[in-house]
Amino acid sequence: MIEAIRLTGEAALRVLARLGRATLFISQVIAGLPMLLRRFSLVVTQLYEVGVLSIAIIVISALAVGMVLSLQMFYTLRDFGSEQILGQVVALSLVRELGPVLAGLLFAGRAGSALTAEIGLMKATEQLSSMEMMAVDPIKRVVAPRFLAGVLSMPLLAAMFSAVGILGGYLVGVGLLGVDSGAFWSLMQANVDFYDDILNGILKSVVFGIIITWIAVFEGYDAKPTAEGVSRATMRTVVHSAFAVLAFDFILTALMFGGR
Amino acid sequence: MYSKMTEIAVGLFVAAGVVALVMLAMKVSNLGAFSDTEGYTINARFENIGGLKVRSPVRLGGVRVGRVNAINYDQNRYEAVVEMTIANGYDRLPIDTSANIFTSGLLGEQYVGLEPGAEEEYLGSGGVIELTQSAIVIEQLIGQFLLNSAE
Repeated sequence: MIEAIRLTGEAALRVLARLGRATLFISQVIAGLPMLLRRFSLVVTQLYEVGVLSIAIIVISALAVGMVLSLQMFYTLRDFGSEQILGQVVALSLVRELGPVLAGLLFAGRAGSALTAEIGLMKATEQLSSMEMMAVDPIKRVVAPRFLAGVLSMPLLAAMFSAVGILGGYLVGVGLLGVDSGAFWSLMQANVDFYDDILNGILKSVVFGIIITWIAVFEGYDAKPTAEGVSRATMRTVVHSAFAVLAFDFILTALMFGGR
Repeated sequence: MYSKMTEIAVGLFVAAGVVALVMLAMKVSNLGAFSDTEGYTINARFENIGGLKVRSPVRLGGVRVGRVNAINYDQNRYEAVVEMTIANGYDRLPIDTSANIFTSGLLGEQYVGLEPGAEEEYLGSGGVIELTQSAIVIEQLIGQFLLNSAE
């Protein structure tokens, strides 16, 4: 019994210590960001790794999600004779929720895991310590450009997700199911507000980008320098990012759209 | 490691992201269709506004000319005050214009429908519409109908 309490306390302290390390770590990373203005080529390389290589999975998933959403909504809406509002339903659900959240989950799986594995392996093969030996700060040289690239990529990817998803919904709704094209767009425009819906959706994706990239680079930097440690850290990145995205999505939705 | 191709790919990525944002702003949202900032304000007093909300449309002969800006309750006169923004292009509303609250379709959203009068003077900014008709509250209608059929 005493042992159980002791173990619980120990686990809680471990979690708190990790949270503290992560916070100190992110403050060091943020302190390293101004240096990147002079060496932006480091960020461009990482934008390619993190952003460009994620486009394929984002676009394909968005198209599939938009098409399925349109198909399912159509059969339900048809029962009420209001299939014209299909465009509005698809656009609002993508812009407010599905775009940022699904792009975030895919981003965590595609880019976050890669970041963790890369940084973790650099640590395991002692590249980071050799950098320190050469008086190069690995946080500024390795971590900060990756963090900035992740934070910049995420809103762009989420916007692409929403736009491509709406196009997918349009293809199925108007092309396949015969919803009127004019009604599809005009009801969408009448009911989607730029500030309330689209800017809030983008704000969400910015928050998710910061959280996911933070978790990814921290897990990599904090990984045990063994093969097993890196694999665990990669796994934790995906799991923790997914939990964090879903939890923060609930909070942000309650803050942004809860009053109405 | 850091080649021209990388630069081009990143450039394409950023451009595609910006295009997606512009599409969301112009094609999906109301930003391109109707700007709410340009316009003048008029008020109307209703006994009951039903389900009218802030941002509900204001229509003139079915054409959307503005939107509801604010809804308040006047405790002195026991009436709801609806403040509307009308686009500047529609600045020739006679002062005896009447305002009704209609529902689009049986279950659709509610909107303010304006009907122009015959006076030669026009409503300016801050003008008040005197002739109004309250929203039809469907529960009241059903209640009246039940009461009538019981007699």
